[in-house]
Amino acid sequence: MSEMQFLTWVRGPGLDLAIGIFLLGVFWRLFEIYSLGRKKDLSESRQVAGASGMNTVFRRSLPVPGMLKTSPITYVGGYIFHIGLAVIVFLFAPHIKFIQSLLGLSWPGLPSQLVDLMTVVTLAAMLVVLADRINKPVKRYLSRFEDWFTWALTFMPLLSGWMAVHHLLLPYTTMLALHILTVELLLIFLPFTKLFHAFTVFGSRWYNGTVNGHKGVAV
Amino acid sequence: MSASLEKGVRVLKEMIDAPMASYFSSCVHCGLCAEACLFYTETGDPKYTPIHKLEPLRRIYEQEYTVLGRLKKLIGLSKAVTDAELDEWRELVYNSCTLCGRCSVVCPVGNDIVYMVRKFREGMSASGNAPIGLKGATNRTVTIGSPMGIKLPAVKAQMKHVEADYGLPIPLDVEGAEYLVMLSSMEIINFPEYLGAIAKIMHQAGKTWTLCSTSFEATNAGMQIGNSDLARVIVSRIVEGAEKLKVKTVISPECGHAYTALRWEGPNLVGRSFSFKVRHIIEVLGEFQEQGLLKTEGFETDRLTFHDPCQLARRGGVIQQQRNLMNMVAKNFVEMPDAGFMNWCCGGGGGASAIEEGEELRLEAFKKKKAQLETVKPDRLVTACANCRIVMEEGLEHYRMDIPIVGLTEMLAEHIPDPTSAAVPAKSKGD
Repeated sequence: MSEMQFLTWVRGPGLDLAIGIFLLGVFWRLFEIYSLGRKKDLSESRQVAGASGMNTVFRRSLPVPGMLKTSPITYVGGYIFHIGLAVIVFLFAPHIKFIQSLLGLSWPGLPSQLVDLMTVVTLAAMLVVLADRINKPVKRYLSRFEDWFTWALTFMPLLSGWMAVHHLLLPYTTMLALHILTVELLLIFLPFTKLFHAFTVFGSRWYNGTVNGHKGVAV
Repeated sequence: MSASLEKGVRVLKEMIDAPMASYFSSCVHCGLCAEACLFYTETGDPKYTPIHKLEPLRRIYEQEYTVLGRLKKLIGLSKAVTDAELDEWRELVYNSCTLCGRCSVVCPVGNDIVYMVRKFREGMSASGNAPIGLKGATNRTVTIGSPMGIKLPAVKAQMKHVEADYGLPIPLDVEGAEYLVMLSSMEIINFPEYLGAIAKIMHQAGKTWTLCSTSFEATNAGMQIGNSDLARVIVSRIVEGAEKLKVKTVISPECGHAYTALRWEGPNLVGRSFSFKVRHIIEVLGEFQEQGLLKTEGFETDRLTFHDPCQLARRGGVIQQQRNLMNMVAKNFVEMPDAGFMNWCCGGGGGASAIEEGEELRLEAFKKKKAQLETVKPDRLVTACANCRIVMEEGLEHYRMDIPIVGLTEMLAEHIPDPTSAAVPAKSKGD
């Protein structure tokens, strides 16, 4: 297979397959989880302002007072790489063009130099959180194959994309094809690994906020 | 698979609902919950990480409720839960978890971990893996009526003592009283001042109240061990007593989990809403204070701090009332670090104090409270839970710290002027 054939495949059948598995996987997993339902709470509720599912969906994006000090790497590293990922995926001009070709939607992007800087920072943050996972007894204790695997699944598209832009190591066409391939792998595995928290985080926070909000506790 | 394990797994499968599925699917193993748990912070042992305490349950969820998990189980990639494993998890699910709920309020993806531990205990109890101490407490509550084996004559004897000491009647089985006052065994045996305090407070507020001869014990070991059937039996006694006496409100004593059992789990255990309200004594005192029905004189002048019982504050939503009440009678009230919503557990909640073999770990975990106390250096410690009080008294004694502990209700009552006129008994149709 030549470079061009590889690129054509990942842009064509490979992409269709990955998006297909991603969409079916997401819908199936959401159904599998939320169709289980829950019992109605029969106790008398206590109404308190700020104690609700929706409040917790937003509030839980910030650390509880005192926690930032105990785990600064987890919080700061986590913020940087999550925000970095969102900016790179959705505000890099070539990505917006790509999305436009798929969905027809378009929006203004950020200057490529800024995105480049954010990519370097995000890559660095991901390396730091990886080192933290290796060093910190609790994180190492909790980590299974899935934790290392999903880290790599997230890191590879970032690295290959950045290397493609800078024409490093491999010819541009090959690196671009690899970049798209790693994104496809990420899409395929997302619904079936802990990466699915990208979707369930909202449901989880909402349930927690609702169950405790019923008691008048703003969690 | 043994019959008991099979039963345990079946119960666990029934426990799994959408919130749990969502929580297990959201965990990213960030480990922040460990930093919120005093059993981890005080020992540094990663096995006490709250989410890890649920690992067998997580696997059952994955193997039974996800397509991929079923597949993994089929090809041997995911091991079935074993008896030995649940046995090993007893320490994690009971001894090292007080259901304090700190983990649930720090988890960045929003997992309500304590919600899951509570449900996991149902399976552990069904499979026979609950600790012996809790089994005993539960059996005594179901058969005798209280976890400490206290019967009505003991309550009546205390009533007599208190009546003599305070010069106020202690009403029993008074139909139509506004409040039904519940007790915990600890209060009956160790802290009878509580009953005297209630008599003084109710007398001053001009409220009718009563004890009930068929249900005086509010604690619920059935909930702590995780056996909803037994928890229902225990709660039903209170419901029947309250309905028989036609009271408007049942008052949960200074006991954290009794409040959770009655106020939040009670209606769900019996399967219907209550015809009466359930309030913690601190909530009732807060209402009296707001309505001007609680009038105190004088102040405590020594340095006081307040320990928030987890089930009252973070798990029960009663946070401000105790502070307003403290300020009513204390000139020198100082807060511990993390007080209120983020308080640290005494280390013996959720039934942990009934587990003998957990004592060493409990004392280790108490170092958190010790550190909090060392920061503020109080002359006395005030709280509103008899179990917290006993656990902390043991901890303070172990670490040779001389800090007396008092219940908030009794401290308030000491500032209520002695009734000058003859006591007025509770009015009722039965009198």
